[in-house]
Amino acid sequence: MTNTKIFCSCTNEFGGEANTHCCPVCLGLPGALPVLNKSVLEYGIKAGIAFNSKIANRTKMDRKHYFYPDLVKGYQISQDDIPLCSGGYVEIELEEGTKKIGLTRIHIEEDTGKSIHTEEGDSLIDYNRAGVPLIEIVTEPDMNTPEEARLFLEKLRSTLKYIEVSDCKMEEGSLRCDININVVNTETGEKTNITELKNLNSFSGAVKAMEYEEKRHISLLEEGKNTQRETRRWDEVKSETIIMREKGEVGDYRYAVDGDILPIEIGDKWIEEIRDSLPELPHAKKQRFIEEYDIPEYDAGVLTQSKELADFYEETVKYTDDPKQVSNWIMGDVLRRINDEELQIEDLKFKPKDLAQLLELINQGKISNNIGKKVLRTMFETGDSPEKIVKDEGLIQISDEGELKKIIEKILSENEQSIIDYRNGKDRALGYLVGQVMKTTRGKANPQMVNQMIRDMIE
Amino acid sequence: MVSIDYIRYISEICKIKFTDDELEDFIQQFTGIIEYVDKLKEVNTEGVVPTYFVNSNTQPLREDVIRDGLSKEDVIRNAPEEEYGYFKLLNVMD
Amino acid sequence: MDIVELTAMEMKENLEKKRISARDIVEAHIDRIEKVEEELNAFITISKEEALKSADRIDQKVRNGEKLGPLAGIPIGIKDNIVTKDIRTTCGSKMLENFVPPYESTVVEKIRKGDGIILGKTNMDEFAMGSSTETSYFGPTKNPIDSQRVPGGSSGGSAAAVKAREVAIALGSDTGGSIRQPASFCGVVGIKPTYGLVSRYGLVSLANTLDQIGVLGRNVIDATLMLKAIVGYDEKDSTSIDMELIDYIEVLSENIKGIKIGVPKEYMDLEMDKRVKEQVFKAIKTFEDIGAIVEDISLPQMEYGLATYYIVSTAEISSNMARFDGIRYGYRAENYETLDELYMNTRSEAFGEEVKRRIMVGTYSLSRDYSEQYYKKAVKVRTLIKEDFDKAFEKYDVILSPTSPNLPFKLGEKLDDPLAMYKTDLFTVPVNLAGICSISVPCGYVEGLPVGLQIIGNRFEESKILKVARAFEKHVSLGGENIGL
Repeated sequence: MTNTKIFCSCTNEFGGEANTHCCPVCLGLPGALPVLNKSVLEYGIKAGIAFNSKIANRTKMDRKHYFYPDLVKGYQISQDDIPLCSGGYVEIELEEGTKKIGLTRIHIEEDTGKSIHTEEGDSLIDYNRAGVPLIEIVTEPDMNTPEEARLFLEKLRSTLKYIEVSDCKMEEGSLRCDININVVNTETGEKTNITELKNLNSFSGAVKAMEYEEKRHISLLEEGKNTQRETRRWDEVKSETIIMREKGEVGDYRYAVDGDILPIEIGDKWIEEIRDSLPELPHAKKQRFIEEYDIPEYDAGVLTQSKELADFYEETVKYTDDPKQVSNWIMGDVLRRINDEELQIEDLKFKPKDLAQLLELINQGKISNNIGKKVLRTMFETGDSPEKIVKDEGLIQISDEGELKKIIEKILSENEQSIIDYRNGKDRALGYLVGQVMKTTRGKANPQMVNQMIRDMIE
Repeated sequence: MVSIDYIRYISEICKIKFTDDELEDFIQQFTGIIEYVDKLKEVNTEGVVPTYFVNSNTQPLREDVIRDGLSKEDVIRNAPEEEYGYFKLLNVMD
Repeated sequence: MDIVELTAMEMKENLEKKRISARDIVEAHIDRIEKVEEELNAFITISKEEALKSADRIDQKVRNGEKLGPLAGIPIGIKDNIVTKDIRTTCGSKMLENFVPPYESTVVEKIRKGDGIILGKTNMDEFAMGSSTETSYFGPTKNPIDSQRVPGGSSGGSAAAVKAREVAIALGSDTGGSIRQPASFCGVVGIKPTYGLVSRYGLVSLANTLDQIGVLGRNVIDATLMLKAIVGYDEKDSTSIDMELIDYIEVLSENIKGIKIGVPKEYMDLEMDKRVKEQVFKAIKTFEDIGAIVEDISLPQMEYGLATYYIVSTAEISSNMARFDGIRYGYRAENYETLDELYMNTRSEAFGEEVKRRIMVGTYSLSRDYSEQYYKKAVKVRTLIKEDFDKAFEKYDVILSPTSPNLPFKLGEKLDDPLAMYKTDLFTVPVNLAGICSISVPCGYVEGLPVGLQIIGNRFEESKILKVARAFEKHVSLGGENIGL
């Protein structure tokens, strides 16, 4: 999410007309030379700090050689034996407790151009993406189930979004993952050969692919066979993994130091400055929510899953007295609609202040809980304030005793049998009568008052 | 003598083609060169740090500010084949 | 006056004094080119129209009384591996035969800002790989002193153009001696600056940690004038050095009495033409006469210089040549049915023999099976060679040697023996490995053929080698050939 590419000042913006975000450097024209983007280094360091890695004080860039039309120089500038960050871990929450997934390394490198293929049998290449900065994170083989991998990816994504290093949209290619998977028979020690999964376009695709592979590996072992060492991709339509053709020789990359990029010095002072500039990380935020707002761990976990959601929650709480109530509403009705419609917090038409106002209206008894949910639905659609919606739709709760009495008396007169049933011990009859009042008033009657008044009147 | 198979492998990875005759001539000259540079074996480099950069300056870092690049016309200017502003070649990619 | 016989410095002064116009200068040189170029073949592209336009622009500045740049009116040749915006840049290769760069190299930008006039792109060994300018796709350049002989390489076109008065000064590039050796072969002055002093942005890379752009001129003053105009930190080249600039012209007149000169015995013991050795010993005597202190020194690792150079440079070459694949620019094979064929055919059809040879050697020494034995070993020996120089410069101001072990050889003489060709760079390659500076000055003639003397200085000590060279040039009059004496 930097402004410019890693080795030149071309824009890093996604999209754009083909070949309009290019310059001699990212096109690899003869004579052009790379100059390292400070922000890319900074973002890599941020990621390293967030994942508890060791940041190198001195690192370098290397050339990884192979031929492919989208690789302009015939080599990719990457990092070989001295990566920017080494070690580190990501914590995931399992039922049994917290588990640390170890990281081997984090390094920076450049992306390639993109090609499309036409019906006439041509390839068309666009180099807008050539030179876009990438950070590559390699994990230790610490994950033992597809679920753990999924949790890992979720945590990784939310952390990277938190520290504003990437928007991690797999569909746009700003987050990609390759997965190496195999199974071990814990009784016999038999291992299957590693399968590499590539070209995964979504989290769900990645998880399904892993689940499929797990089954495939296990069933082969049970038949006394083994998997081949190969690369596969996930086919969403067929719901299975398919072998990928080898993309040219992946043999000797002949890694060599890039002579155009000098050794990179990273002072401890700069690292500390970056550390201080980082926003509160998910884990710390979660703990703080538990303590500061006195909400359960589960709630805090859900609310801190994204920075935007956590910020929305905190902003709302500022205007109310009941953090738990806010939590319930957000975790319930708000999140449900967000997930159903795949919205982003940024897309919401109403503000935290509005949600707070809604809760206030409910707490003051001006509307009931159920009406409140109705109002919330309208807030999603129009972004109008709850007060306006209640006013426009005439939803103010009827809490006037006189008015209610008239309506109740009418209902009671129409439902003599229910009164008799209730007096005979059928509690459900009361609920029925309350329901009828609510129905007549289209939900606007104050349910607690109605309940109490009916009881007073028929007992 | 350098192995012919290895030379063939090298020509594969650097994408240079030799006919069988060319390969024979080439191997002769190549072997001569390799034998000459082999004399480096004589040098004691125990504990010597390699030199990749002759000066002691370190990498300057560029500020993350967008600057104008090339116009699309300039990018495409030298393309052997182009279409709709893309670089074109026969579809030989996977 | 015969304009082409003036030195660059004189042309500039006459222009400033309004005795001649820039157009006069350009037209005189274009006439000269028309006379000699067909035989000489020093140019790949001649930019007559642009040169005349530049001249007119400068003449307008003179008429307006505007301040003129340091290279005002000087006709300049640019080696064809230095990118020039909108002017074809071929690197002497079929691969880039029709490549017209959409951007400008930093040095050319500086020349234009300095009011220099670019007359054309000079011939060179293909992609700067060679020592004779015979591997150029556009045919060899002849030595102006003897047309049966090579002008040296890879900046042979630049050296010949300067000697033949087609241009007053020229830019070249030096990775292992490619400026100094042709300077020696053509009897002109050639300077390879310290690594990092001149921006490489726009120089088509041969070996990133060895390449430098440098200067060829008829005498030390002219060459220094150009050097001064092109040095300086460039943010587009991360390897360029940010340091205070020195007025090299001013230091030229300094006295060199008492200066300490080292002559490495390992160099003088290496195989070379006896007549070359004789001339160099004469030169050494001259320095003693001028008042310098000359002593023998030892650079023990020097005998491994060439082997180290070949491994390090070819490794970097094989990497830098990978971008030539026929996809975005340059030659593309007409027939291909697979991706592999596209690459193989394009590269095999458009690269010459020497280029292919070096790419293969480089790939070999970087390959997994051999990188330990060759590349990783060579970069360590490089350290030892650099240290030899560092130690020597603790006690000595400059180091002397012949520029080349040979006199200019006949065309075709060394083409069948690559190793023999490489050995003509014996004395120059260690300088690039250490990244230090060096100048070649003519020091005598043997049977009509020029001999070059190499004066090597420590990094960023161009002042020392320049003033030593100037003092030598002033003292030795070579039958009027060295103008400015």
